[in-house]
Amino acid sequence: MLATDLPFEKPLVELRMKIEELRRFTEDKGIDVSDEVAVLEAKARALADTIYRDLKPWQRVQIARHSDRPTALDYVRGMCEDVMELHGDRNFRDDPTVVGGIARFEGCPITFVGTQKGRDTKESIYRNFGMAHPEGYRKALRLMKQADKFGRPILCLIDTAGAYPGPAAEERGQGEAIARNLIEMFQLRVPVVAVITGEGGSGGALGLGIGDRILMLEHAYYSVIAPEAAATLLWKDPSQGERAAERMRITAADLKAFGVIDAVVAEPFGGAQRAPAEMIAALKVAVRESLDMLRRLPRADLLALRQHRYRMMGSFGELPEEGDLPEVDVPLPTLQE
Amino acid sequence: MLKDLFPKKKRYATISPHPSARDKVPEGLMNKCKSCGEILLYKELEKHLKTCPRCGYHFSLTAYERLEMILDAGSFEEFDARLTTADPLDFPDYQEKLAKARAATELVDAVVTGRGTVDGLPLAIGVMDPRFVMGSMGVVVGERLARAGECSLRERIPLVIFAVSGGARMQEGIFSLMQMAKVSGVLARLAEEGILYISVLTNPTTGGVTASFAMQGDVNLSEPGAVIGFAGRRIIEAMIRQKLPDEFQTAEFVLQHGMLDKVVHRKEMRQTIAALLSLHAGEGECVGN
Ligand SMILES: [Zn+2]
Repeated sequence: MLATDLPFEKPLVELRMKIEELRRFTEDKGIDVSDEVAVLEAKARALADTIYRDLKPWQRVQIARHSDRPTALDYVRGMCEDVMELHGDRNFRDDPTVVGGIARFEGCPITFVGTQKGRDTKESIYRNFGMAHPEGYRKALRLMKQADKFGRPILCLIDTAGAYPGPAAEERGQGEAIARNLIEMFQLRVPVVAVITGEGGSGGALGLGIGDRILMLEHAYYSVIAPEAAATLLWKDPSQGERAAERMRITAADLKAFGVIDAVVAEPFGGAQRAPAEMIAALKVAVRESLDMLRRLPRADLLALRQHRYRMMGSFGELPEEGDLPEVDVPLPTLQE
Repeated sequence: MLKDLFPKKKRYATISPHPSARDKVPEGLMNKCKSCGEILLYKELEKHLKTCPRCGYHFSLTAYERLEMILDAGSFEEFDARLTTADPLDFPDYQEKLAKARAATELVDAVVTGRGTVDGLPLAIGVMDPRFVMGSMGVVVGERLARAGECSLRERIPLVIFAVSGGARMQEGIFSLMQMAKVSGVLARLAEEGILYISVLTNPTTGGVTASFAMQGDVNLSEPGAVIGFAGRRIIEAMIRQKLPDEFQTAEFVLQHGMLDKVVHRKEMRQTIAALLSLHAGEGECVGN
C-alpha cells in the first residue's frame, strides 16, 4: 500500500496489486492468464465503484485532507495566466500559510487569496499545516481591499483545518483578525467567489469565506468544528471522529441542501488527488460560471444580496407566547422558514 | 429590583433575585470567592455588584442581572423573547439539553435582547447569559443579535452587546458558524451608517464569538480578569505541549496586546457606557459642513 492510499481504499489497492503480480507472473513464465486478469479487473472496477460511489462523511474528510490534492497555488497557476504572488500584511510579517496576489483569469485580472498547505513535511511546516496566523487574515484583507480599489473580482480558495491555535496567534489577535475580515468582506464592492477545496475548518475558513458564490468540491467538508474536536466535546473521545462527521452534516451535499453553499463541483473518480489536472479544469469552469453570473449584477444588488444571503442563515421557531416555560418537555417549535 | 426592570408584562414564570445555581454555597446566603476564597454574605456581594470586595474578582452575572446594572430602571423592553431554535441538524439529545437549560435558567436561549436607556440615552442591547449551554452561539443568539442591530439601524441608536460565550453551539453545526457571518453583516451596515457599536467582552468570551461580533466594536471593553481568546487554553497547551502563564488570555493581557480599548471595573461599567453614549450623541454637527 502506498502512503498516499487511504485506509478505506485498502481492499482495492490489494486487489490491484494482485492483478499486477499476476500480470508480471504471466510475462515471466509465458503463460496466458488474460482471462483471469480480465475477471479480476472487472472485480476491481466493481469494487472501486462500491467504494467511491457512496462515500461516507468520514471517508470524504480523509480525502479532503489528502496531501496529493491540488493546493491553492496549484489551482491559481492551473486556472490563470500572469500569476503574481504578493506578500505581507504591511504590519507584522508575511504569513506563508496565506497566499495571495493578482492573476489573469480568462483575460480578466482577478485577486486571489487562499490558505496553502504543503506536500512534504518540510513544506507543511513552512505552511504551518495550512493553519493561518492573524497576519495571514490581515494579508488577505489587504489584498482584498486592493481588489476593491482596482475593481477586480476576488477568488478565495479555502483549505484549512482552522485558524492556528497558538500563543503568538492569540497575542496578535486571532479573533480580532477573523472578526475584521467578516465585517470588511461584506463591504467589498467587487464579486467574491469562495471555494472550499478541501477542509473548511470553522472560523479559520469563514475568515476568508464571506462571498457571493460559495462553491465546494465534492469531497470537501465545511464544519463549525473539526470532527475529532466535536467528538472530544461530545463523547470525550477524539477517536470518535467518524461518528461526529456523520452527525455534524459537513459534506458538500449536506451544505448544498441546507443552502449554505451554492454549488458542488464534482471531483474526478476517487477524488481530486487522483487526477489534479482534471480537478483544476473542472474548477475553472465552475469559477467562470460564477464570475459570469456575478458580473451581470449591479454593484448595489451584489452587496444587498450578499447581506441577504447571510441574514437568512438558519431557521427558528417560537415557543408558545403565554404560560410558564415547561419544566422538562419542550414543545417542538413551529418552523418559520 | 428586577421587578423594576419589567414594568410591562411578565414574560417568564418567575424571576428569582439570584437564579444562578452554580456559584452558590448555602442557598442565597453566602458565596465563596473563586479567586481569594473569602466567604462573602450574599447581601454584601450584591452591594458590590457581584465583585469580591477583597480581591476584586468579578462573579458571573445572568443576563437580567447585567441589564439591571446597566439600564435605567423600567426602561427595558425585550425583543423576540420566545425565539427558539429549529434544531436544524436534528442533533441527538439536543432537545433534552435545551429543555434542561431552560428549566435551570428560565431563558429560552443564551441571549436576551431589547431596547432601553442609560441616563436617558436610548440604545439597543444584547446580553448573553453564561448559564445557557455555556453561552454558546446558535441560530437564536445570531438572530436575536441581528434583530437588535436592525433596531439600531432603524432608530439610529447605538448598539451595546455584552458577550459571554464558550463559542459556537456545536449542536447547530454549520448554522452556528453562519451566525458569525449573520451578525457581522448587520454590524457592517451599522459601520456604514456611522452608528456606534460598543462591545463588552465578559468572562469568558472565546471561540466564534471572539472571532466575530465581540471583537468588532467601535469600542471594545472588558471586565478585570475576564478570559478572552479565540482558541481555548487547553487546546493551545496541547498544541505546544507547554503550560501557559496564568495571565495569558486575560482582559489585561488582551488590552496590553492591543485588542481592547479599556478594562472597566463592573462598578464603573454603567457610567463608562453612559459617557460613551453621550460622546456619540448628535449627528456630527461639531465638525462643521
Ligand atoms: Zn476575592
